[in-house]
Amino acid sequence: MAQQGPNAPVPVPTADAHQPAPRPVREGIDLVVNDKRYRHTGDASMPLLWYLRDELRLTGAKYGCDSGECGFCTVLVDGKAVQACATKMEKLAGKRVTTVEGLADGQGNLHPVQQAWITEDATLCGYCQPGQLMAAVDLLARQKNPSDADIDKITNLCRCGSYGPIRKAIKRAAAAMKDAKA
Amino acid sequence: MSGEIQLSRRRFLKFASCAAGGLIIGVSTASALERPAPVALLGDAWSQLGPYLRIAADGRIFIGVRDPDNGEGTSTSLARLIADELDADWSRVIVEPLGLGVEAGNGEPRWTYGRQHSGDADSIPAAWADLRQAGALARWLIFQAAARRLGVPAEQIHGANGMAIAADGRRLAYGDLASAAAALQAPTTAPPVKTADHYTLIGQGVGDVNARDIVTGQLKYAIDQTLGDTIVAVLARCPYPGGTLDTADREAAKRVSGVYDVIDIGPETGQQPGYTPQAPGLAVLAKDTWSALQGRAALKATWKPGAFVETGTGALEQQALAMFDNETVVPSTARDDGDVAAARKKAARALEATYFQPWVAHATAEPPNCLVRLDPDTSVTVIAATQAPRQAYAVVQRLTGFTPEQIDIRVPRGGGGFGRRLHHDQVAEAMLIALAKKPDEIRNRTIRVMWTRDDDLTHDFYRPMAVHRINASIDAKKRVVGWHQRMASPSIQKGRGVPDERLWQSEMMPDALPAGLVPNFRSDWYPLESQMLRGEWRGSPHVTPTFATESFIDEIAHSLKANPLDYRLSLLGEGRQLPYNGRGGPIDTARLANVLRLAAERIDWSRWLRSENGLGIACAYVWGAYIAHAVEVIPTTDGVDVTRVVCAVDVGRPINPTGLQGQIAGATMDALSTALNLAITVKDGQVQQRTLRDYPLANSAQMPNEVEVFIVPSTAEPTGASVMGVPSAAPALANAVFRATAVRVRRLPLLRELARLR
Repeated sequence: MAQQGPNAPVPVPTADAHQPAPRPVREGIDLVVNDKRYRHTGDASMPLLWYLRDELRLTGAKYGCDSGECGFCTVLVDGKAVQACATKMEKLAGKRVTTVEGLADGQGNLHPVQQAWITEDATLCGYCQPGQLMAAVDLLARQKNPSDADIDKITNLCRCGSYGPIRKAIKRAAAAMKDAKA
Repeated sequence: MSGEIQLSRRRFLKFASCAAGGLIIGVSTASALERPAPVALLGDAWSQLGPYLRIAADGRIFIGVRDPDNGEGTSTSLARLIADELDADWSRVIVEPLGLGVEAGNGEPRWTYGRQHSGDADSIPAAWADLRQAGALARWLIFQAAARRLGVPAEQIHGANGMAIAADGRRLAYGDLASAAAALQAPTTAPPVKTADHYTLIGQGVGDVNARDIVTGQLKYAIDQTLGDTIVAVLARCPYPGGTLDTADREAAKRVSGVYDVIDIGPETGQQPGYTPQAPGLAVLAKDTWSALQGRAALKATWKPGAFVETGTGALEQQALAMFDNETVVPSTARDDGDVAAARKKAARALEATYFQPWVAHATAEPPNCLVRLDPDTSVTVIAATQAPRQAYAVVQRLTGFTPEQIDIRVPRGGGGFGRRLHHDQVAEAMLIALAKKPDEIRNRTIRVMWTRDDDLTHDFYRPMAVHRINASIDAKKRVVGWHQRMASPSIQKGRGVPDERLWQSEMMPDALPAGLVPNFRSDWYPLESQMLRGEWRGSPHVTPTFATESFIDEIAHSLKANPLDYRLSLLGEGRQLPYNGRGGPIDTARLANVLRLAAERIDWSRWLRSENGLGIACAYVWGAYIAHAVEVIPTTDGVDVTRVVCAVDVGRPINPTGLQGQIAGATMDALSTALNLAITVKDGQVQQRTLRDYPLANSAQMPNEVEVFIVPSTAEPTGASVMGVPSAAPALANAVFRATAVRVRRLPLLRELARLR
C-alpha cells in the first residue's frame, strides 16, 4: 500500500489519455483510470478493486464482498458497470476505467446523477452510494427514461434500505439529463 | 478572553476567543482548571470545550458533533440543534465529527465531551437536553456584542441567518462580532434556550451534511484511511465458537509475494466479548490487501471445535419448548400483574401460539476494520468506525497502558452500525498486532485490520434467536383478560458480568404492550445456552417480542372475527398514560392509536375485508416513539410481493424531518428484508452463511418502490429515529401475508416458511 516502492503504480508522464502511450519502461497492464494513464506491473490476477484502493488510493469504490453480490465497488469499464472486486487486472489492458471520483468534471461540476442524489437525500450511511451512482450512470447510458422495472435490474445492495430515494434520484437524474440535451 | 458558566456540579458552558479572531463555545464536563491541548479545528485556541461551535471572523460556523454517525444522520441533526439556537446561516455551517474527548482525571479517564455514543437511538434526546445551551450562549454573547456596537439594549437585538439585527433594521454579521463577543464577561447564569415559536431550523428538513463528499467519493470512512506507511492484516479465525487451531502452513503464507509475517492472535483470558479478539486466529501481514488475502488462503488453516459443540437453531428451539412445558423450571419474570393462571381457568376461550425467530447478523455495509498507528514509547492513533468510542478507548488503554494524552481515537463516519460497532474485537486485534513482535521492515508501520464479508458473517455478535409463546385468555364478552408471554433466548448479557437474574433485560422490555392493557399479565424469560457471540441489533429488545405480540394480536382478532385495526384500537381503549419502566415512558395510548389510524387511513384500510391483496397492520412503542406500519402484499406463485408499505410515526418534535423520513424508511426496509429472507444458521458447530448469496439482503427489486412515511406533527420532547422503524414492520408484513394467503407464518424468515406451509 506504500506510495513508493517497486510495486507502486507507474504513472505515465502525460495526463492526456488520448496521446499515444510512451515506450514501456516495464512489462505491465496499461489502462486508463479517470482519464489518467497507469501501468500495473504487479500480479495480473489482482482484482481491480484492490488496485484502485491500495495502489491508486482511489477509495471511492468500496469493499463489501468478494464476488460481485453487493455492488459497492461498481465502476465503469469502457462505460459499462462492472464489479471491481470480481474483475481481474489482466482483463483491463487498454481499458478505460471510471470511478466515482471521475464523475464530476475537472471544475468540480457534479454529474447530474450526483446532484440528483443530493437533492433526493439518498444517502443514509452512504457507503454503498458510490457503487449505486456508477450503476445508475450505466443504466442511464442505456435507458434515457428508465421505468421502475429498469431500475429494479440494478442489483446493488443498500444495507440501510435507501432504495426509495435512490429510485427517485435516478428518475430525477434522467429528467435532468434529458433537459440538458434539449 | 474567556469565561464559563456552571450548569451543574460537573458541567460547564465555556467560551473563549481564538487567535484568528472568533468565538468558541463548548459544553464541558471537565473542571475549570484544565490544560490546553490543541485540536486541529480549533487552531491554537482552547480545546476540551466539548460539543462546541466556533464562529470564525469570516462568518463560517464550525460545529463539532460528538456522537458517532454510522448513518443515523446525527452529523446533520445534532448540528442543526446548535445552529437553530444560534439563528445561524445553515449554508455557512461546517460540521466536523469530534474524536473521542478524554483526559486524565483522578486515576480515571475524564470524558471531556460528555456522552459519545450511538445506540438505542438516544443521541437526539440527549442532545436536546444539553447541546442547545451551547448555541444559546453563543447567541447571548453575539447579541451583547452587537448591542454595544450599535448602542442599543441587547433585548432589542434579534438574530436571523447569521446576522444580529437591531429593532431599527441595522444589522451586523456574526463573524464581525465574534471577537468582541469572546472578550465579554460571562453571563451569571446560562442564557435560556429558545421557545419553539422561534425555531428556524428545527422542524425544517435538510439533507445530509456529508452528501457532497459521499457522492464524489471524497468522504473517507475508516476503511479508506491510511496513516503514513500502512500495511494490511487479514486474519484467519477459528469458525467454531470455543474452538482452536488445528493445522496451518505459516511458511506457505510467508512465501506469498508481499506477505511479511504471520502472527498468532487470540482472545485474552478474562476479557469480556467485544473487548478482545473473538476467536483464535492467524494474522497475515502484507503490503496490501490482495497479498494478505492470498497469504491467508495459503495458510490452509484447519480448526478443531471446543468441548462444547454449538448446536443448531432447531436444538435451541427444542430446549425452549421443553422449558415452557416444564413447570419446575423457574423463569425470570419481568412483569406479573394480577393472576394469569386464575384468568386462564375462568376463560371462555384460550389461545396459544409459538413464534420462532432465527439468529441474524448485522452485515454492516462497511465491514469491521481498524487502523492503528503505534509509536511504542509515545502515542497511539486509532481510526475506527465505532458506536461507542469509550469502549474502543478502554481496549486501547488496557493494551498499551498509555495515559489519555497518548491515545488519539478518531471516529469517522461509519458505513452502518446497527449495534455491531458497540463491540471492539477488531480494535483489539489491530492493537495486539501493533504490539506484537514483528520483522524489522514492518516494525512500527501502521496496521489496518481488514475483515472480509466472510469474516463478518461468520464472526458477528448475532442478534439472538428467540422463541416466544403467548397464551391469551378471553372472557365471554370477547375481552382479553389474561396474557402470558414467555420468551426463551440466549441472553446478549451472558458472560458480560451481568447477574443471572438480570439477563432478561437485554432481551425484552418489561412494560411492553399489551402490559397495562390486560388485567392479568405476565411476561417470563427463559435462558438458552449457546456459545454463539451475540449483541444488540437495531432496537433488539423491542424487535422479536413485537413480532410475536403484534402477530398474536392479529390471531386473536381473527379468532374473534374482528377487524385487526378496530381490535387494536379497542384494546388500546381510552387515551391514557401507562407507566413504563424505561426510556421514553410513560406510554400515551392516544398517540399510539393516532399512528395506527393514520397508517390505516393512508393505506386505505377500508379495503381490508374485500381486497384480494392482503393488508396487514401492526404498531409499536419504542423508547418514546409511536409507530404503526401498514403493509400490502400480493400473493405470487413462489411467495408474496410487498407492493405498498406505509409507516406513520410520532417521535415527538421532529428535528430534521428529511433525515427522520430516511431513517424510518430505511429501518422499515431493513426489517422487511430481514423478516423475508435472512437467517444465520449453525451446522456442524459453525455458522453456515459465508457470502451475501447465503445471507441475501434484499435488493431494490425485492422491496416496495418506496416506504410512505407520515410524520405526526408534535411538540413533545424529541426521541431518536434510527431504530424506530424496525419492530412493527415484520408483524405488519406477516399479518398482510395471512390476509393474502390464509397462512399464518409464525417462523422467520418468512418466505422460506411460507413456501413450506403452502
